[in-house]
Amino acid sequence: MKLAKIFALISVPIIFILSVAAYVSHQNVQVFNPAGVIASKEKELILFALLLSLFVLVPVYSMLILFSIKYRAKNKSSKYSPNFGSSRLVELIWWLIPSILILFLSVVTWKSSHELDPYKTISSSSKPMNIQVVALDWKWLFIYPDEGIATVNTIEIPRDRPVNFELTADAPMNSFWIPQLSGQIYAMPGMNTKLSILSNKIGVYKGRSANISGKGFAGMLFDVSVVNQSEYNQWINKAKLSTKVLNNSSYNQLAEPTENVQPFTYSFVSPILYENILDKYGASDNNMSKAMGM
Amino acid sequence: MIEANFLGLLNIDAFRHDLIQNVGVAIMSLSVIFVVLGLTYFKKWQWLFKEWLSSLDHKRIGIMYIVVALLMLSKAGFDALIMRTQQALSVGNHHGIVSSSHYQQIFSSHGSTMIFFAAMGLMFGIINLAVPLMIGARDVAFPWLNSVSFWLFAAGMILLNTSLAIGDFSGAGWLAYPPLSELQFSPTVGVDYWIWSLQIAGIGSLLSGINFIVTILRKRAKGMDLMKMPMFVWSILGSMTLVTFAFPVLTATLALLYLDRLIGTHFFTAGGGGNPMMYVNLIWAWGHPEVYILILPAFGIFSEVVATFSKKKLFGYKSMVWAIWAIVILSFTVWLHHFFTMGAGADVNGFFGIMTMIIAIPTGVKIFNWLFTMFRGRITFTTPMIWFIGFILLFSIGGVAGVLLAVPPADFQLHNSLFLVAHFHSMIVSGVLFGYFAGIVYWFPKFSGIKLNEKLGKIAAYLWILGFIVAFVPLYALGIMGATRRMDHYSASMGWQPLFIVAGLGVLIIGSGLLTIVAQVAYSVYKHSENMDKTGDPWDGRTIEWSIPSPAPSYNFAILPTIQKSDDFWDMKQKNRKVQKDYVDILMPKNSYLGLFIAAGSFAFGFGAVWHILWLSIFGLLIVISSIIVRTIDENTEFVITKEKLFQDDIQYYGETR
Repeated sequence: MKLAKIFALISVPIIFILSVAAYVSHQNVQVFNPAGVIASKEKELILFALLLSLFVLVPVYSMLILFSIKYRAKNKSSKYSPNFGSSRLVELIWWLIPSILILFLSVVTWKSSHELDPYKTISSSSKPMNIQVVALDWKWLFIYPDEGIATVNTIEIPRDRPVNFELTADAPMNSFWIPQLSGQIYAMPGMNTKLSILSNKIGVYKGRSANISGKGFAGMLFDVSVVNQSEYNQWINKAKLSTKVLNNSSYNQLAEPTENVQPFTYSFVSPILYENILDKYGASDNNMSKAMGM
Repeated sequence: MIEANFLGLLNIDAFRHDLIQNVGVAIMSLSVIFVVLGLTYFKKWQWLFKEWLSSLDHKRIGIMYIVVALLMLSKAGFDALIMRTQQALSVGNHHGIVSSSHYQQIFSSHGSTMIFFAAMGLMFGIINLAVPLMIGARDVAFPWLNSVSFWLFAAGMILLNTSLAIGDFSGAGWLAYPPLSELQFSPTVGVDYWIWSLQIAGIGSLLSGINFIVTILRKRAKGMDLMKMPMFVWSILGSMTLVTFAFPVLTATLALLYLDRLIGTHFFTAGGGGNPMMYVNLIWAWGHPEVYILILPAFGIFSEVVATFSKKKLFGYKSMVWAIWAIVILSFTVWLHHFFTMGAGADVNGFFGIMTMIIAIPTGVKIFNWLFTMFRGRITFTTPMIWFIGFILLFSIGGVAGVLLAVPPADFQLHNSLFLVAHFHSMIVSGVLFGYFAGIVYWFPKFSGIKLNEKLGKIAAYLWILGFIVAFVPLYALGIMGATRRMDHYSASMGWQPLFIVAGLGVLIIGSGLLTIVAQVAYSVYKHSENMDKTGDPWDGRTIEWSIPSPAPSYNFAILPTIQKSDDFWDMKQKNRKVQKDYVDILMPKNSYLGLFIAAGSFAFGFGAVWHILWLSIFGLLIVISSIIVRTIDENTEFVITKEKLFQDDIQYYGETR
């Protein structure tokens, strides 16, 4: 094959990848544009692992290109050893390079799994707040137990305050994901999962369900507004003026399948509602960690 | 529950569809009618039944697997095209071309079809074609069972595609997590179609797994010690071991899910004492090994291809064998990495994260060994080698993405996103599929007698590689941008639409690659007089399948070979070693139509189970059982090929000289 042809074959994908990268760099790359401590650390971790992978990727690509050129059949000047089938030294190196790399990465994995355990609460000087999340068909219910209010498809939180989420579902499994604030965690019926976040940047961030839960799944969107503490207090006061209250009967109405639900607020929520939803499925003896003996 | 109605749940509503489905049904029916008319016009019915459908010849069964698999690849490729079209258009106020529930059926069917009927079909096809030839056997250990496996696969395939015309398909994704797949949330028969098409095909896979393990262990030529087997055969032994351990888990899991749906047991329901997590664990206890079931044969193919076209011994044979078995064992210890995000706790996540990374070590070793096989070789860049280069380039990227996903906190951000989708397509398309394509091109002369056109083959490979980049690089980016999988609609403000459109163009390029492969085969067959393989050894091969005529005769080896070295045929050619010409009469299995009956019976059983038509299921089961009984008492299952015939065949192919 002609050199020009090879060059064209290689340059087309490279130009393509660069143009995709150029386009993407002007967009909100949510995972790489964190607005919270957890998401920042997760971003660093992704970039670190990516960098480490280059230690394998670069030699593989270099050898592939080099050997393809040097040992092509037409190049009779290069050495030909048809029976060179093993070498202890070379094979030892093959096993060792990835092993050392993986050993190193394993330490990182173990440490980061513990450091960024979603169940771990974030230590901070300000008082943590709680939000109970219920995934419904096909919307999100957020209960603020400390304030006695609830919202649907919208979250308001103060900046620099840890937020401890507890999550369950009264519907098929969903996954609760706000890429700019933290990685996802599943919300599953009869199970209680946890996630802690802390946002240090005022703004509005997109949240969605990441796991298919039926017809209206793509519309399970919510905004997370991170505001000042004073604005947050105002928002709570305003929420308490809402005419809607969340008791058993209005909950059952809410739990009916609906799609693309616009955000709204409840001024009052029954304090045992979340427990009731969990208990509906016999949660006490149906916890994943218990079922798996962990 | 079981219905009292004669046709169970089946009624006229099952035939009401939207426009796109109707088009699909029309295309499907027209192709069937077209084939039927063609067969009638050319008077080929007898030929079809006598020569093919009833055949117990592993090569013919292999070809039938590949034909079905390529059809399914195209069908599921159309699914992909509809999905990308939907995602390119369904933005903001526009809602695209299909409804959300139909969209969900399409991606569920895309995944299930690709894994079970495209990838598995190609895999069993290639195994059937190559393994007996490579170990110097005249057939597999259980030829009739082999045909039954194929026909169960075919019955599962037909059942899955019936869902397009009658009723609907599961919308719960290719692995149908409960509670979504439970009756409460999926009240139609869609999930039952999913269960029974996988169940029937899965039993076929399990039988094949056993068949090939026994074939490899018991039917090898004299002198072929385990450590003299071609690397492809080792990889199949590994893969089939995984099949026999993993598929029973799938069978049991699907059965429990069906019981939940049929008689209201509560194995996996959210309430009533059920536990959906149990399902998630079980399905991945099968699902993760399944990935390696598919990839190991591709690794095996590349091992043969790289050695052959580098004109050099495979580097690090022993390392490669150990790497295969390390992968086989480790693949059962990583399943939890598919759900780090379900709150298993840091210790558990950390453990499975590390196990997942460890499995990257043997994979890395294999890649280095292939590259070192090229080192100091004489490389000719035939079509299989182009597939290999595409594989190394793209699979490595997928591997890097896989390492990221293996770190649990990184996975929290990447799981369920399009980054994940891009990752596993890197593994399954550029790993598995590229390997299988390389294998088909490589062995094509051996089973057809025709060498495929190299130019079209290379164009096809380039189109696939380029198409893959155009289709999946945008998905990696979209995942990082926060786009999740399986969305049928999204907001315009996300900035995702241009990338989805580009990804859609990528699918079109891949589609043209697939068409080029079809054109390559058609053109090569059309021009067969120019492309005949008259030597039986078109690639200057290394292993003994190249020592026999092309196309391989029904009995494969006129004289069973005796092996002295690994890469024995290469050694024979180097040392000018000749085969002793003592022909003896041989026994070969007679054709059998019972496979067809078993396919019909199991289809009837499955269809009855889907629609709750009890009498049909019983009827189907009776057909299956009686076919097995008929076979068991039939003692007249073999026929003799005389030594004179073997001699004549050899003379005819090689001439008097050999």
